[in-house]
Amino acid sequence: MSGNFNISSSPHIRAQITTRDIMIYVLIALIPAACFGIFNFGISALTVIAVTTLSAVITEAVYQKLMHKRVTADDCSAAVTGLLLALNLPPAAPWWMCVLGSIFAILIVKQLFGGLGQNFMNPALGARCFLLISFTGRMTTFVYNDVVTSPTPLAAMKAGESVDVLDMLLGNTAGTIGETSAVAIMAGAIFLLVKGVIDLRIPGTYIASFVIFIILFGGRGLDGSYVIAQLCGGGLMLGAWFMATDYVTSPITKNGKILYGACLGILTGVFRLFGGSAEGVSYAIIISNLLVPLIEKLTLPKPFGKGGER
Amino acid sequence: MGLLTFKGGIHPDDGKRLAKDRAVRTVLPKGELVYPLSQHIGAPASPTVSVGDQVSRGQKIAEAGGFVSAPVFTSVSGTVKAIEMRFNPAGAKVKSIVIENDGQYQEVPSEPPKLLDEMSKEEIVRLIGGSGIVGMGGAGFPTHVKLSPKEPDKIEYVIANCAECEPYITADYRRMLENPKELISGMRVLLKLFDNAKGVFAIEDNKPECIEIMSELIKEEPRMEVKVLKTKYPQGAERQLIFVTTGRAINSSMLPADAGCIVNNVETLIAIHTAVIAGKAVMERIVTVSGDAVREPGNFKVLFGTSCRELIEAAGGFKETPEKVISGGPMMGFAMHTVDVPVTKTSSSILCMSKDAVAANTPSACINCGRCVNACPSRIVPSRLAALAERHDEEGFKKMNGMECVECGSCSYVCPAKRPLKQAIGSMRKIALANMKKK
Repeated sequence: MSGNFNISSSPHIRAQITTRDIMIYVLIALIPAACFGIFNFGISALTVIAVTTLSAVITEAVYQKLMHKRVTADDCSAAVTGLLLALNLPPAAPWWMCVLGSIFAILIVKQLFGGLGQNFMNPALGARCFLLISFTGRMTTFVYNDVVTSPTPLAAMKAGESVDVLDMLLGNTAGTIGETSAVAIMAGAIFLLVKGVIDLRIPGTYIASFVIFIILFGGRGLDGSYVIAQLCGGGLMLGAWFMATDYVTSPITKNGKILYGACLGILTGVFRLFGGSAEGVSYAIIISNLLVPLIEKLTLPKPFGKGGER
Repeated sequence: MGLLTFKGGIHPDDGKRLAKDRAVRTVLPKGELVYPLSQHIGAPASPTVSVGDQVSRGQKIAEAGGFVSAPVFTSVSGTVKAIEMRFNPAGAKVKSIVIENDGQYQEVPSEPPKLLDEMSKEEIVRLIGGSGIVGMGGAGFPTHVKLSPKEPDKIEYVIANCAECEPYITADYRRMLENPKELISGMRVLLKLFDNAKGVFAIEDNKPECIEIMSELIKEEPRMEVKVLKTKYPQGAERQLIFVTTGRAINSSMLPADAGCIVNNVETLIAIHTAVIAGKAVMERIVTVSGDAVREPGNFKVLFGTSCRELIEAAGGFKETPEKVISGGPMMGFAMHTVDVPVTKTSSSILCMSKDAVAANTPSACINCGRCVNACPSRIVPSRLAALAERHDEEGFKKMNGMECVECGSCSYVCPAKRPLKQAIGSMRKIALANMKKK
């Protein structure tokens, strides 16, 4: 019993949960949306998911190896980025676009800014917007039930056509692989809420402020089916529950999360109602990402004993 | 009524099952005893004995080095063997008096104690200071200083910190079960000092037996009450404790007395009883020896100066070689590189852990998850403060309220990236405090 026990600063115990656990929870939570996408769009969706996820992980590992850094691809964060990007791509996306998107997400948006925790923009959404600008035609061409260029419900609504709200809830519509089924997305979101990975602050205020905006400026007033169609259409559900809640690119302060959610809702409404495209979630999120440092500064909590105790 | 609690905090495995039901056993030291001259916050005590002197148990061997200081007494009779630098449990080498125990326990003659009613307030405070009593929960702040606020009439609460929110430690728990009357007696002494104060025993709800005993025993005490707190770390942190019991909040630039409060922990109140009511020198305390690497975890009555090695042997020794041995609790205690250090006034426990959770986890990048923000009882932003500390941005650190940190360690505990947040923040605070003193 002689000496030389470990020395370190307190505390000497640690909670079980690791970064990797959190990433794995997010992957698990994305399974319903991914499976529904494969069921809805067929084998091409599976190919997109596999190629995108795999190339994201490989990009991370290769970059870190070449830069003589510790390879952290096993923390599953690159897999989360890859899978999220895949769910934001149309099922007919060609393989090279998937690979290009993943490389852009991991290399340009994440690693060049310092890797995990340092990127100021959601990598998957950064890559989606990059692809959207570069290959607008391919990114907005949706094949559904063998109908080429089938319009998404949002595009149909913008053109003044009517949509089936039940189909939109379940996801039997055209769109990107993971965005169509509100039910599948919610199943994963509830899992994350129960596991304590996310809380309601960001998605709750996002959805609430968006609904208020749509009611005020949508021109349809309190039309329930219109509001539900707007909520379930496009990338809003996927964006609100899985992209806006990305830790790295959202505020760390509690009130900051609420302010951030409100920004997202308003920006999404502005883009959808007044913008050229029927969509708006991706741009709303990456623009709000840029506001995060400012939001955190504005919402620095009051410490205990100086008003923050209650 | 809902349980009293505060915002933030964590719920680690409390590990108290290991030692909680083990009644206190007395351990008598065998070899030499070591008395560091700094077992408290403030000026070190200065020796009043020389090498070769014969000393009796209860004799003062070092006197207070100032007002914020405390004298040291020998807990055995014997010979002063050395006055030299020795390691203390916190890993620092401090000047210490080493006494060879003659095994006789021959006590210094003492006068019979006066009755509490016959003592003046000044006499009581002088007696407490003269007995070397310091905050025995771990902080080691000299108790007589705490008991000398500028305006004693404005003290409305004397709070007994019975939360014992640190995992594993069961010393206060055993005290409440085995010596509740002494605890109440200690409180009675303090209430005599503060005429307008109420005595509150603040106990976490994971100690129902203690709540029951204490509530029963204070039935006839009009000035005392028991308050039940939600079990949560750091419920026993001074600022949180004051807030949950009184609804008053103090920050880093205030003292408990500014909120009309005086806070003392269980062991300290018992020491006050020993010194003032029993009229004896304070020479021992309860220490919990626990952890999965110790054969028979338990609670021990130990003389100050006893080697931790002997104490661990009294608990059956190691079951397996621990990776880490901690003096104090796992959240705020000190890792010891050796067990050849003495039990001091502030040693609440010795924990022997077969696995070191800190070494088992490599820190990785912060992912901004906000768990530290949710856990922080001081309501500050630990991840950002740690980043500022790592960049040595003292101004930015102070601007983001870094000085409000109480170093409870909740942030480091919850961090999924296993970042040593408290360590970074704590180091920066020390530097900033030192720089503020210079000015």
